[in-house]
Amino acid sequence: MTRGPAWMLRRIAFYVLIAVLLAFFAIPMLWLASAPFDTKPGLGIRWPDWTTGNITATFRHPYALTSLVNSLVLCLIATAVTTAFATLAAYALSRVRIPGRDLLLYLLLLLSSVVTGTAAMVPIFVMMFQLGLINSQFGTALVISGGMLPAAIFILKDFMDAVPRSYEESARVFGASSRQVLAHVVLPVSRPGIATILVWAFVNAWGNFLLPFLLLRDVSQQPAAVLLRTLQDEGGSANLTVIPVFSLLYSIPVVVLYLVVNKRYGFRFHGGIKGG
Amino acid sequence: MAGIEIAELSTVYPNGVRAVDGLDLTVADGEFFALLGPSGCGKTTLLRTMAGLEQASEGAVRIGDRDVTRLDPGARRVAMVFQDYALFPHMTVAENIAYPLRVRRMSKVSQRDAAERTSAGLSLGALLDRRPGQLSGGQQQRVALARAIAVEADVLLLDEPLSNLDARLRLEARTFLKKLQRDLGLTTVFVTHDQAEALALADRIAVMESGSIRQLGSPKEVFQRPVDTFVANFIGSTPMNLLDGLIADGMVEVAGARLAPPEGLDLVEGTPVVAGIRPEYLRVVPGAQEVTEGVAGILGAVAIVENLGVTSLVTIECADGTLVGLTVPEQHEPAVGTRLCVVPEAGRLLLYGGEDGLLLSARPSDHSAEFDRSRA
Repeated sequence: MTRGPAWMLRRIAFYVLIAVLLAFFAIPMLWLASAPFDTKPGLGIRWPDWTTGNITATFRHPYALTSLVNSLVLCLIATAVTTAFATLAAYALSRVRIPGRDLLLYLLLLLSSVVTGTAAMVPIFVMMFQLGLINSQFGTALVISGGMLPAAIFILKDFMDAVPRSYEESARVFGASSRQVLAHVVLPVSRPGIATILVWAFVNAWGNFLLPFLLLRDVSQQPAAVLLRTLQDEGGSANLTVIPVFSLLYSIPVVVLYLVVNKRYGFRFHGGIKGG
Repeated sequence: MAGIEIAELSTVYPNGVRAVDGLDLTVADGEFFALLGPSGCGKTTLLRTMAGLEQASEGAVRIGDRDVTRLDPGARRVAMVFQDYALFPHMTVAENIAYPLRVRRMSKVSQRDAAERTSAGLSLGALLDRRPGQLSGGQQQRVALARAIAVEADVLLLDEPLSNLDARLRLEARTFLKKLQRDLGLTTVFVTHDQAEALALADRIAVMESGSIRQLGSPKEVFQRPVDTFVANFIGSTPMNLLDGLIADGMVEVAGARLAPPEGLDLVEGTPVVAGIRPEYLRVVPGAQEVTEGVAGILGAVAIVENLGVTSLVTIECADGTLVGLTVPEQHEPAVGTRLCVVPEAGRLLLYGGEDGLLLSARPSDHSAEFDRSRA
């Protein structure tokens, strides 16, 4: 079958578009791979002339490593709080019939972006100030969790809805208590959904800039996402010795978490019916 | 082991639907009992109320000598197999079977023991370490049964136990289920919408409609003497012929024929009746094709022939348009258009009231009919 020049042109245009898109996403990755090991890291990409000087410099930076630890603490608390509460709330909302349940969920989802978004910056700051939770990792983690919970509940409720009620009823007929039903049946069966929320919450919290920036005023408390902005040399221009290595370190936990969870549970979105 | 006693039981859903409506029922110890009815008749709700998964609104449920009406499902000593089997996908077959023991915090060793002991009897021994997802439908059903048996409950409740199996497997599983129930002697109540399943398995059947029992009896009673046209219509793999007729000169006039009524009935001239006759109980009168008026047989031309294997279901159309079905042996299958004269076998014609649809009975009415009348 012969194809005309119009077809050829369409193919070429298609591949050019793909190539541009690919480059758009690949170039930052390549920069992240090369710049940390370059003696004179810039904003362009070039084959590095291998050095470990940047790494040493980053490790000597007074706040770089602390901020990564801060990030970990902040995200672990926020992830744990979000996952635990979202799981329980989603299960309850999936099983209990209350009038206006779906409306409530949609409203929560809608408002959550407002509540922890830019619009609520001032009230949140004032509230946290009055509660004495400024510069508190825990307080900041709670606010982040509060922002993530509606979406997490919304997603998890779908997973919980897919768990057949007969599983729970069956366990109940065999004499299982509510807690046993939850621990033996509901949680294991909805594990893929919970794993999804876990990763989603961690990644969201890890990349959250605005809330920690507002609520953690002390530079020794700040997480990596906030510190990254302040990595400047004395002249005020970006500190390109530290930033590449720091960015690389900053991206590792998310990648590791994704790999671990994907290996253990697999993001297959089968709603827990087939089991793992 | 124990029987079940249900008194004046009603289960009302929050939306006001009376799924079970003032129902009385006694299931004897060791009996294999079927709750049969079309969907929405309340049979599953009744079963779930026995299990404690639905709260009884009124009345009482007793198992053995214990009143379990207000007990939690787990405290009733019942075992239940769900329609979808409800096997836990994240547990192995052994863990599934031993789950009731795990709930009671029994040791891992006794859990494994119970799983091995129960599974051996159900030829599941080789599958203990598989997961439910890796089993066939029939195997899954046996695992669900094994799990229900492992608890050593007083009563076994089965919700549509065979409906998730394909037709071929269903027959096998049916035989298996009946043998298992006989061997265990366990009081078993099962819900089904398939009348053939109920007839084949049960010692007694309760035919339900709108939350109450229409007829209660052995499969033979329910099949041979349905108490009303609803039951008559529902029971039987080929539907019963229900023909509108009139009482005239002490005979039943139906589809242009005059049939002798069942003996011992007080029939009032001119009352409308419904003549009920199973296709299996109609016989072709040989050589009567040319007879016309006034014969004790229904005349009609063969309209449809459906092959059922050993027999064929023949539908004849009478002069007034009435359709009558009858089964004939395969070697006597008539051609379409043939004129036939058919008569009911002696004692097989049933008459129902033209208005209330209740069986006109000469015998002292049996319990179920009496019960039903008091309901109506």
